[in-house]
Amino acid sequence: MELVLLTFLPLVGALLVLCTPRASEGLQRGIALATTLAVAVLGVKLFMGYGVPGGDATPYSFSVPWFSLPSAYAAPTAVHFSLGMDGVSLLMVALTAVLMPVVILSTWGHVEKRVKEFMVWMLVMQTGMLGTFLATDLVLFYFFWEVSLIPLYFLVGIWGGERRLYATIKFFLYTLAGSLLMMIAIIAILFDRGTSDLSALIAQLGDASTEKQLWYFAAFALAFGIKVPILPFHTWLPDAHTQAPTSGSVVLAGVLLKMGTYGLLRFCIQMLPDAAVVAAPWMMALGAIGILYGALLAWAQTDVKRLIACSSVSHLGYVVLGLFALTPAGLNGGMLQMVNHGISTGLLFLLVGMIYERRHSRALDAFGGVATVMPVFAMFWVFTVLSSVGLPGLNGFVGEYLILLGAFEASPLWSVIGLTGVIFGAVYLLMATRKMLFGACTNPENQHLSDINAREIGLMIPLVVLAVWLGVRPNDFMHKIEPSLATIHRSVADAKQARTAAVEPLAPVTEGVATR
Amino acid sequence: MQSHESHAWLWWIPLLPLLGSAIAGALHLATLRARKSDPQTSAPGTLAPWIACAAMAGAFVLSVRGFLALRELEPAARALASTVHHWITIGNPQSPLFEVDLGLLLDPLSSTMTLVVTGVGLLIHIYASGYMKGDAGYAKFFAYLNLFVFAMLMLVLSSSLLGVFIGWEGVGLCSFLLIGFWYEKGWPAEAAQKAFVMNRIGDACFLIGSFLLVRLFGTLDMADVVQKIGSAQSFTSEQSLQMSLAALFLFGGCCGKSAQFPLFTWLPDAMAGPTPVSALIHAATMVTSGIYLIVRLNPLFAASGWVLYVIACVGALTALIGGSTALVQRDIKKVLAYSTVSQLGYMFLALGTGAWAAALFHVVTHAFFKALLFLGAGSVIHGMHEEQDMHKMGGLRKHMPQTFLTFVAGAAALSGLPLLSGFFSKDEILAHAFASGGLYYGLWAVGVITAALTAYYTWRMVALTFFGEERFDHHHVHPHESPIVMTAPLMVLAVLSIVGGALGLPAVLHAPHLLAEWLAPVTAPGNKILEAAHGSHHLSHAAEWILLGLGSAVALAFAHTGFHAYKNGTSQDEYFAGKRPSLAAYLGDAWTIDSGYAKVIVLPLRMLSFLIAVVIDQFAIDGLVNGAGSTARDIAEWSRKTVSGSLASYALWMGAGALVISALWMWS
Repeated sequence: MELVLLTFLPLVGALLVLCTPRASEGLQRGIALATTLAVAVLGVKLFMGYGVPGGDATPYSFSVPWFSLPSAYAAPTAVHFSLGMDGVSLLMVALTAVLMPVVILSTWGHVEKRVKEFMVWMLVMQTGMLGTFLATDLVLFYFFWEVSLIPLYFLVGIWGGERRLYATIKFFLYTLAGSLLMMIAIIAILFDRGTSDLSALIAQLGDASTEKQLWYFAAFALAFGIKVPILPFHTWLPDAHTQAPTSGSVVLAGVLLKMGTYGLLRFCIQMLPDAAVVAAPWMMALGAIGILYGALLAWAQTDVKRLIACSSVSHLGYVVLGLFALTPAGLNGGMLQMVNHGISTGLLFLLVGMIYERRHSRALDAFGGVATVMPVFAMFWVFTVLSSVGLPGLNGFVGEYLILLGAFEASPLWSVIGLTGVIFGAVYLLMATRKMLFGACTNPENQHLSDINAREIGLMIPLVVLAVWLGVRPNDFMHKIEPSLATIHRSVADAKQARTAAVEPLAPVTEGVATR
Repeated sequence: MQSHESHAWLWWIPLLPLLGSAIAGALHLATLRARKSDPQTSAPGTLAPWIACAAMAGAFVLSVRGFLALRELEPAARALASTVHHWITIGNPQSPLFEVDLGLLLDPLSSTMTLVVTGVGLLIHIYASGYMKGDAGYAKFFAYLNLFVFAMLMLVLSSSLLGVFIGWEGVGLCSFLLIGFWYEKGWPAEAAQKAFVMNRIGDACFLIGSFLLVRLFGTLDMADVVQKIGSAQSFTSEQSLQMSLAALFLFGGCCGKSAQFPLFTWLPDAMAGPTPVSALIHAATMVTSGIYLIVRLNPLFAASGWVLYVIACVGALTALIGGSTALVQRDIKKVLAYSTVSQLGYMFLALGTGAWAAALFHVVTHAFFKALLFLGAGSVIHGMHEEQDMHKMGGLRKHMPQTFLTFVAGAAALSGLPLLSGFFSKDEILAHAFASGGLYYGLWAVGVITAALTAYYTWRMVALTFFGEERFDHHHVHPHESPIVMTAPLMVLAVLSIVGGALGLPAVLHAPHLLAEWLAPVTAPGNKILEAAHGSHHLSHAAEWILLGLGSAVALAFAHTGFHAYKNGTSQDEYFAGKRPSLAAYLGDAWTIDSGYAKVIVLPLRMLSFLIAVVIDQFAIDGLVNGAGSTARDIAEWSRKTVSGSLASYALWMGAGALVISALWMWS
């Protein structure tokens, strides 16, 4: 039941906000903040309690029959409304829960019109995201997946920047196109197996022929790949990020993109292990090239928000590289990197939003010497940049190191190519830092910027604390996800072994042919 | 192997500076607040140097305590360890697949480094409290400086390679922050960025090296690695190759941090930072971490024969580049910066001959005399109102006698004048190179030539700065001696520079080589492997005497020439620039390596980045995406027209559809 409460609490909050009079914006903001805070408390409690020896497993699953899909060929397929949680979803849920109050608090500065609608969409989106991570039924997963897409359409479309319409339609159609392919794959699986229960499918689908798995894999990977986004399906992201309001960007980078990487791990790898083994080298290649490509792309940007959006392409390339290394280190690193990216890039977008609210510009050339007038802002910015470039002792490092270590085990070449991202990451972020913060503050428009205030500092503190915590004690998090990742790794390792075993017996046969 | 008794107090050695840094940082923020009401105040920030120096003094005392505790133990058992927690665990915590611990290890090697870092560091902190007085970021400076010491101590004390990497990148960060300390000026910020990126290139190599070590040994604990190499009977050729590659990539990391060819170009630019920073980070401590790392993992390098050649060649080449470039610099700090590059080259030459102790000996003596020279230069710059061009100095010995005397002591040590610290440490390196024979004869010759260059540029610097006529503008510049808080550290360092050679007297003098004996437990595994492979090299006493004599003669002769060429003014520089303009320009630009990088590497990458952003991303990929969108719209437009409401056209389409379907049906 706890999972149901967690998932639908934001929706309840959304209904409450709907009931308020349009003018009482303070109340709307208050309800939204209170709701997300309550979810955060629940999420953190769930996180703390998870995996503790002797703990009760019941809060971690919930299932009731939902409806049944009629079939012309076989017995109707019963679709369940079932939620469940393992270490992987736990981490994603905790990230979502913790990030949302920060996002809501950040809207004080930049959402002034139609506050009510804004809060409603934000809360609906949170339900969608939590449901996506928790659904253990394929149909339900698809339902939540689409639910989380629609609010962003409005968030960017109504509260976005000058070119918001182009950006909105682009990302909406793009994601939808991917989702439709996934839907076809889901329908095919339902007809094939007569069930939509994820754990049953995870147990069964490994037996399906590799060819069939690969078809499913392709459909899912395309949907998730667009969401992540994986090269070359990334061009919607910089546009969406640049046009989205700050809070939209933070949710997009922090959580929505992670739905893609989560999907890759849960469905493409865990549910279709044979296909994953076959496709892994290609996916690793896409990940590694994405790291380098995204970094070079970011280096060429002149708009700081767009630069950070491009850096997301690079940072999510790490996740793909790590996950598809299919090694314990790579899987662990990939998971950590999902969280790390949410924290670091979330912070970066928050900071860009803060300076945009003051200066009404995002062009790097418009700045210079900001550190002299906004020293506290500069401190937070430099800290965040360091966390983003993977300075050891902060969050980014552990994830990146494990990804590259795991990838090195699987393929030294792609690991080394990915490693160039470590260098270029420093290049473009330090370039942006230097252009914004350092040098003489000569532009009169910059000389009277006010430093960030207590609310702005306060909303960043939780993320800063997490960045340090993840950097110094990553094991507190890794121990939670370890059993789930071990299960996933075992099934992939079995698939890998089965493949090599399947190839070996062929050798005598061909020999026989030759001698005959 | 080591005592597994935990010595948790070891953590206070790095943690005291970290604490100091946090307090100084808080004081900086408090100062910023106070300035809101009174823009001129520097009130709470003035406490920062006291905090920072106290933290350094505490760390130094603890380091001495560690040293004394180690001396109590049997040589083979000299190791104190403390592990706090498992930092990164992969796999089930009960039986991990891979684990990295956060742990400290104090042994003779790390103890030596710790003493240098905290001892010289303390002196530089004291000096800086005078040098930086009145700076707007007074407290911030000490916060960064203490943070640097914390990172440096983590680097030398960590027991695992990944722990070293925390410090490794941490010192890089502090170096970045401190080079860019006066970021308002613009160019320091660029120099800082360059330093960070160049270091990152090395760091990426470091990481590849660590991946290979994990693949080979399944651990990143350095004592484990050393022990596994030492106890292995033999390696397969595959393993040997991987070990050599690991060693090579780790050396690549060292090239970044220790400013070796081809990654040395950031160090001269790093002089944009305040001078105490140059002394502490870019001369005495951080840049020696590469040497530390190789000595720490000496069996790995000893077992990778050809990598040692590479290291020796890179070291000799860097020594020559640095030494020749220093000849023509006019900026006093640039002379010292290139000199540092050159001296670090000597240390790598030593490592390349397997002379681990000799390399560390030069690390120690260099820390003394180069810190002294930098601080002396800082005192000159301070007294000259921020003037760094030696052509605008001259005759300063009368105005700042204490700085002058101590500077001369440092210069004498650097140029290797007989019986001073630099003489013994440099001579030992050259003797090892000579004794190794073969290819190393050539490297030895390069070393001797560089020694001559060193003596020449050092005394040119002394002459230009302190002798000759006063070339500054007397109306605006009034040279003055620095306050006692700055000159006292100079005196301490001068004494150390003079007597520091006693740590490692040559064998011919029949005195013990204290440092080599002290380090023996650490260097033994590597030496064993080298002896098994090449036998041991020993020079005859006669040869050693000859080499000592040759070293003295070269140093004295070129020191004399350099001094006399410049004691009357700068005419020699103008003469050289007029006679060989292209050579002067070539040397002045450090063999044009840096400007070459800008053209050959940075520019093409920058163009590639724009190519990707504009042509590939916007035109090709996004063009396809938008094209798909507009095609879809065109189709929609077209199909909208087909919904014409005309019954006839519907019938036509229906008929056509039926035809196609039946055709398909019949065909299949």
